[in-house]
Amino acid sequence: MTNTLHRYGTPESFRDDFVVFAISARGRNDRDCAEKLRAFLRLALPHHPVNLGDASKGALLRGSTTMTPVAHWRRVHQPDPEAVIRGLDGPTTAAVVFDNPAALRAFLEDVRQADLGLSVNISGLTEEARQWAAAAGITRHSVEYSLGFHGPLDRLPDRRILEITTMCGHGMLSANFVKKMLDWVTEGRRRPEEAVAYMARFCTCGVFNPARAKRLLEASAGGR
Amino acid sequence: MQIDPKKCVGCGNCLPVCPMGAIAIDPRTRRARVNADECVECFACYRGMSKEHLNPTFVRTVRRVLGWFRVRFDPEPDICPTDAIVPQELTWPRIVRRAFSDPLVPHESTGVHGRGTEEVKTNDVTGRVQAGEAGFVVEFGRPGVGVRFREVQQVTRMLARLEVGFEPRNPVTSLMRDPAKGELREDILTEKLLSAIVEFKTTLDRVPELVRALEAEAKGLDTVLALGVSARCGPDGSEPLADLLGGMGHLVYRGKTNLGLGRPAPAARGAA
Repeated sequence: MTNTLHRYGTPESFRDDFVVFAISARGRNDRDCAEKLRAFLRLALPHHPVNLGDASKGALLRGSTTMTPVAHWRRVHQPDPEAVIRGLDGPTTAAVVFDNPAALRAFLEDVRQADLGLSVNISGLTEEARQWAAAAGITRHSVEYSLGFHGPLDRLPDRRILEITTMCGHGMLSANFVKKMLDWVTEGRRRPEEAVAYMARFCTCGVFNPARAKRLLEASAGGR
Repeated sequence: MQIDPKKCVGCGNCLPVCPMGAIAIDPRTRRARVNADECVECFACYRGMSKEHLNPTFVRTVRRVLGWFRVRFDPEPDICPTDAIVPQELTWPRIVRRAFSDPLVPHESTGVHGRGTEEVKTNDVTGRVQAGEAGFVVEFGRPGVGVRFREVQQVTRMLARLEVGFEPRNPVTSLMRDPAKGELREDILTEKLLSAIVEFKTTLDRVPELVRALEAEAKGLDTVLALGVSARCGPDGSEPLADLLGGMGHLVYRGKTNLGLGRPAPAARGAA
């Protein structure tokens, strides 16, 4: 999956977007990897990630099958990271998202010391990633660049929508829904944090960045 | 995916959440309906929306009474009030839609969730892309446009003519009837997907030629391509791609960085 490779935005727009994920290689180190992946997620918790997820089960916020009408007035948007960690039970991609570089650096240091033996990748600004890794005593192994989108680009939504939809690289977050949320925030029908929680439930692997989405929504609603 | 007309109350909440815009309210029945040809079986509506289990007759009555007074209830936007969204049993070839569109379904050919590829993410363990090589990741239909396999085949045929070797552990490659010609199975060509990824690797000196070929081919498609190129770093962490791509006019600043912390399990060592 290239679920985090093609996030859309200027370099400046990624100042609060740091995705780190761990993955096992099929047939190479995927046996008994679940405990290591759970350990990876647990290492992140003291650094206050804004999202985390298990690509085979789901993220911090998920749709519920047992809603009651009370939810329309008193919706609980309370994430439960321990539930995500407990649910991880086999080979998958475990992802965590931070909104500041200090947390990322501290987390990388913990991951290096834990020596889990799993592949760990940073998805973000590549030069900064190299520097953050070096600060944690890590020399990068490989790099993959996004060359962006090509073809009939008139089929894509506008920049404000793309910046948010591409934070779910699997495409689960619809452009029409983001537009609806942007309109609702602009009209004052929902607060940005509520709109962000609705959107986050559609990103199943936990790489959606609610902090960046909230900032982008607020900027767009403010007439950017 | 289907919407049960006996349960649907026509609230419209599911319309904007569909990444393909495949759900609409039927003006005749005033119920939501899925356009089966456009639906890619991604399960975003089914899984992303929360579900209440209200009585449909009760909800319709309340909505009708409110409507008489030009009052509209302002519900949570991601809830189906009557649990009306129903997955259907998928058979071949339609089942490939879900395999390529629902990120929670692992691909049988690779065992990997999402789009089924490990790319450079596990390169520190697999050694798939070595020094002097470049890995290409060509994603079709992303973001939010969708693609049919016949358009994927248009590009894989072009790549085959340029004599690239497709990644064998890739879901699209597993559906090729003739990888040397880039030809896919006939029976899937009209199936629509949220996205699909074609992978191949080549030598670094061919990167400019192949990027230009892909950019040119993309102009003739009815969908968009997202291109990614990867390389292995040297012992000091330096890499050759940024300058190479920069020389072609590509300002590259974002991507994935494999930190090299992975290693094969003892039994698998020696393979990488």
